[in-house]
Amino acid sequence: MDERPSSDAPCSLKPKVTDVIWYIGRRLLQMIPVFLGATLIVYLMAFVSSGDPIAAIAGDKPISPAVADKLRAQYNLDKPVVIQWLIYLGNLFQGDFGIGFNGRPIIDQIKAAFPVTFRLAIIAIVIETVFGVVAGVISGLRKGTLIDTTLLMVSLLVIAVPTFVIGFVAQFGLGVKLGIAPVNVGRDPSWQNLLVPGVVLGAVSFAYVLRLTRTSIAEVATADHVRTATAKGLSRGGVVSKHILRNSLIPVVTFIGADLGALMGGAIVTEGIFNINGIGSLLFRAINDGESPMIVSVVTLLVIIFLIANLIVDLLYAVLDPRIRYAK
Amino acid sequence: MRSEPRHSRTLRPSAEHVVAPLDETPLGAVDAVDTTSAPRSMWAEAGRSLIRNPVFVISAVLILIILVIAAFPSLFTSQDPNYGDITASNQPPSGEHPFGTTRQGYDVLARVLYGTRTSVMVGFFTMILATLIGGILGALAGYVGGIFDAVLSRITDIFFAIPLILGAIVIANRADSMNVPMVILVLGVFGWTNVARIMRGSVISVKNQDFVTASTALGANPVINLVKHVVPNAIAPVIVTATVNLGVYIVAEATLSFLGVGLPSASVSWGGDISDAQPALRTQPMMLFYPSMALAITVLSFIMLGDAVRDALDPKARKR
Amino acid sequence: MTTSTHTSSDEPLLEISDLEITFGTTNGPVRAVRGANLSVYPGETVAIVGESGSGKSTTAMSIARLLPKNGAVTGGSIRFAGKDITSVPTREILALRGSEIGLVPQDPMSNLNPMWKVGTQIKEALSANGMARGAAANRRAVELLEEAGLPDAARRAGQYPHEFSGGMKQRALIAMGLAARPKLLIADEPTSALDVTVQQQILDHLDTLTEELGVAVLLITHDLGLAAERAQHLVVMYKGRIVESGPAIELLQNPQHPYTKRLIGAAPSLASRRLGSGAGRAEVSERPRQERTTAAPERAAATGAPAAPARQADGAAPEFGYGETDPHAVIQVQDLTKEFPIRGSVPWRSTPFTAVDRVSFAIERGTTTAIVGESGSGKSTVAQMVLKLLDPTSGRVLFEGKDVTTYKGKELKSLRRRVQPIFQNPYGTLDPMYSIYSTIEEPLRLHGIGDAKSREAKVRDLLDKVALPAEMMRRYPNELSGGQRQRIAIARALALDPEVVICDEAVSALDVLVQAQVLELLNDLQSELGLSYLFITHDLAVVRQIADRTLVMEKGRVVEQGTTDQVFHSPQEDYTKRLLAAIPGGSIPLAGAETIDVEAPAPVVEDAEADGPQDDGGVIDPFSEAGHV
Repeated sequence: MDERPSSDAPCSLKPKVTDVIWYIGRRLLQMIPVFLGATLIVYLMAFVSSGDPIAAIAGDKPISPAVADKLRAQYNLDKPVVIQWLIYLGNLFQGDFGIGFNGRPIIDQIKAAFPVTFRLAIIAIVIETVFGVVAGVISGLRKGTLIDTTLLMVSLLVIAVPTFVIGFVAQFGLGVKLGIAPVNVGRDPSWQNLLVPGVVLGAVSFAYVLRLTRTSIAEVATADHVRTATAKGLSRGGVVSKHILRNSLIPVVTFIGADLGALMGGAIVTEGIFNINGIGSLLFRAINDGESPMIVSVVTLLVIIFLIANLIVDLLYAVLDPRIRYAK
Repeated sequence: MRSEPRHSRTLRPSAEHVVAPLDETPLGAVDAVDTTSAPRSMWAEAGRSLIRNPVFVISAVLILIILVIAAFPSLFTSQDPNYGDITASNQPPSGEHPFGTTRQGYDVLARVLYGTRTSVMVGFFTMILATLIGGILGALAGYVGGIFDAVLSRITDIFFAIPLILGAIVIANRADSMNVPMVILVLGVFGWTNVARIMRGSVISVKNQDFVTASTALGANPVINLVKHVVPNAIAPVIVTATVNLGVYIVAEATLSFLGVGLPSASVSWGGDISDAQPALRTQPMMLFYPSMALAITVLSFIMLGDAVRDALDPKARKR
Repeated sequence: MTTSTHTSSDEPLLEISDLEITFGTTNGPVRAVRGANLSVYPGETVAIVGESGSGKSTTAMSIARLLPKNGAVTGGSIRFAGKDITSVPTREILALRGSEIGLVPQDPMSNLNPMWKVGTQIKEALSANGMARGAAANRRAVELLEEAGLPDAARRAGQYPHEFSGGMKQRALIAMGLAARPKLLIADEPTSALDVTVQQQILDHLDTLTEELGVAVLLITHDLGLAAERAQHLVVMYKGRIVESGPAIELLQNPQHPYTKRLIGAAPSLASRRLGSGAGRAEVSERPRQERTTAAPERAAATGAPAAPARQADGAAPEFGYGETDPHAVIQVQDLTKEFPIRGSVPWRSTPFTAVDRVSFAIERGTTTAIVGESGSGKSTVAQMVLKLLDPTSGRVLFEGKDVTTYKGKELKSLRRRVQPIFQNPYGTLDPMYSIYSTIEEPLRLHGIGDAKSREAKVRDLLDKVALPAEMMRRYPNELSGGQRQRIAIARALALDPEVVICDEAVSALDVLVQAQVLELLNDLQSELGLSYLFITHDLAVVRQIADRTLVMEKGRVVEQGTTDQVFHSPQEDYTKRLLAAIPGGSIPLAGAETIDVEAPAPVVEDAEADGPQDDGGVIDPFSEAGHV
């Protein structure tokens, strides 16, 4: 009996490709229930609870029952919740997010706000990734030295002080006192104007990335294969760049994907402080006005972005770690 | 085929046979039992290394002080945090008001001290709730495995996909009125996923160890195994995460209050006070400073405690 | 043979004098090596032999300054090629690494970077030492892999370490160590993680290669037999000191230091034979079968276990077909088969893998049956099924004539009382949260036996049986050595007065002296309590010390079975012969020990196992049996 028919066959590229395709496919398949579940929960939370959304539209003015019924039909509020949700999802996929309370299509409002937040997020992610990893590497390679202790203290402080306090201080110090940064960013801001808010937004994540990189580097640095690389005659720089860095970045990449969620929460705060007209302020205003369709749309959109970002991280992970195909 | 041993080759000029003097290398008993040290369990060992760690000592003392303030704020101030004397608004620090007063005439010190209770309560009970939900779901998913694990993992993914603050905003927005239990519930429902993931991973690595198999072979059923062997050995990373999470939940509560969807403005909370202090930042920066400082110290203490506990429980650090 | 042209043969290549190495720990400085003197001459192989913690690896690592951060040379000197390198700047050490001093590390699984292709990692060794660059380095890397005996090297160079088997990884590491043609190769337990036959092939290859290249080898090993076979000069280390050194054969035949004598006495490969039996055991195994069957119930009664049913005597050979039962057997395994599905690259393409294929054997009461095989042979899977920790795909396991594969609930619980396991890894077998007392008491508690007081008495008694002091009760596993933990595991296994004990690689992870001690203990307990053992091991030398009957398994099937003497003295199958021939040091003549002289058949290239599903990940066997370190 031939127990291992494939062992002597030349290992062509074909099985590898199917492995990778199946890995991506599996991730996509897993995303479907997660996407449905997350949007359903957001939908339920926003609509099925106390308070009448029609009353919210009307505000203080009394509204006639006929108009109320018409509004209900318009927002599908007369149908069962799950049906409402399915209709909503269907519309969503056609790019129809519904009409906001102010009469403008929600999609247009989001489109207008999105680029600003996107720029803000990019700045934050760059700060978090580049500075966090660099500082973490320095710290991890020089564990116990003065620079390590200093960086560690800074990171602890940044984590402990909430984003909105850092925001206020930055706004007050850099904007009001020194005048080197705008206090209020306002409409259609440039990259430069968004720099300080971006740094504020990325600060907490920077500290977490620093700590994680530090731990990871210090752990990989004592691995057997690093000693073997040293024994081969590689210089310290070669060992660090080729054998310590890449291996220790894997958990960091995972973290950066997962951290996008925290960044989104932070964006609401940051945009509020610096008066930036982005997705965060849109959401913040919708919350204050009780504009449920807007809340659901924005949060759903953020959930989708979050899921896609994590999918990308998973793929990046597969690129970084060749063993990933064997993982479940 | 075995190659011929190289015994025949003599590359050494003098092949001397050297024996160390016996008195220099006394022979011990094989695998002798060390009776010199006192018996110590892993937890006792961890406790010993904790006490010797200055980070732990500092954070533990701070947390103790914070807990005392949270339990008995009236010991430290005679002022009522809810009494605003509008005639005594914006006062500088004085004997009566050591931190001064706010624009509404509230005593800042009293607000900070009483705010401790809110933050600590929210942080602590959210941590309990999230650790229970995450711990139980994670342990079951990891231990049972298979389809059950797949379903629970997807449920975890669903809640993970809704970021803590966003989820809390959506719920808090719909709630008629927010109070402390409500905030705890909201944060707990969206804050358990990292605990579940860590518990699941930890349980999977423990359940395949020989001592669990040995226990099965001795006649223990799966439930006994899970409760008596797997969970106690898998819990260490969860304790660390829970400690750090406690700080994260306190920040989250403050953020919700800051955004105006947390506790109502009438209640005493650091987040709300920081938010209230913003308009007067130019003239009275200290109004912002005191509650922020209190918040930062509290969060810092728990994160440092988490770090110290991680170092103490790290099996790699303790090996040999 | 090319002898080194740089140094004349009467100058040592490496000379270590009065070396002292200290580690800074939380409990203060610990001196790991004290006053070590040794030298290596160009082209020769010197072996440092010692148990774990003896300082042998530390000594070797200090040469190329590869000690962990908290360790440092605190005394003495290291001279390499006539130059004192003890305290030269790191830059100069860097110039020596790879090009002058190569390293083949211990554990192939952890010593290759999982992120880089194997070829890339070898190429790195070339470019770092200025041997070759670019395409030339690629070609050279493939050549080096070929030279290290890796078949299909060109394709393999483009693969990642996780696609390699342990043996292949070790070959890649050898290629790496020799890439820049060093004058001295430090081989730190280069094969201890591998199967014996693979070990032999790799060491043979390394021997040939280093001889051709005129490389001196400093071989670090715990295995005296292996050292004697491979090195001209031996250095024995004990507790950080060199206790004896000299020419290999002379040192083995005429050891002077008591530690060396003890080591030689205990090394199973050098002196194996069935352990000197206690009076009881002698009775059991030497008495004719008729008498033995009547003795069994008496002994059972004496130990408080339920009396076994009386059996008639017969002289039939112990081979039984399916459905027949051997009346003398306490456990009988019939046509046992286990298939695992292998997950393919896509979920619907899973194929069954037969881990155990129609295995049949019987364990007679009071005797030891050994199953020997290499990793992937299915031996541990058999043990799991006999323990009913795993359900067979087909076949039966009979315990006293009844099929246990159908046992449930109460019946299963009673089986758990009577059949007990002892596992391989002493560090994983005890719950670190449980004190020794709770560990040994657990089975009694689970089965509701006795009250607190009687249980404590029982625990004391059991500790006494495994020769540990009663004060041990209050201690925790992390305070114990590997051998002590394994003895606790034995005490726990004996708590329920079992009739059968299944030892799954129970001594494989232990140092030779401790291993010998535990084997002796198991042997004494057998004669005292009339236990029957099923001994699962990869180590034939251990089999010879403990087993009455031996089964040899390969790829899920039993290829040979018989009495241990039969298997060792007149093996019928090529595979068995290969295994026997691979025992390190088995053919070295020693006073007072028999040698194993088997003409080894032509070796099968170990890399056939390469793509085997057993490799690396435990994809198949959930109770991974690989990696006996």
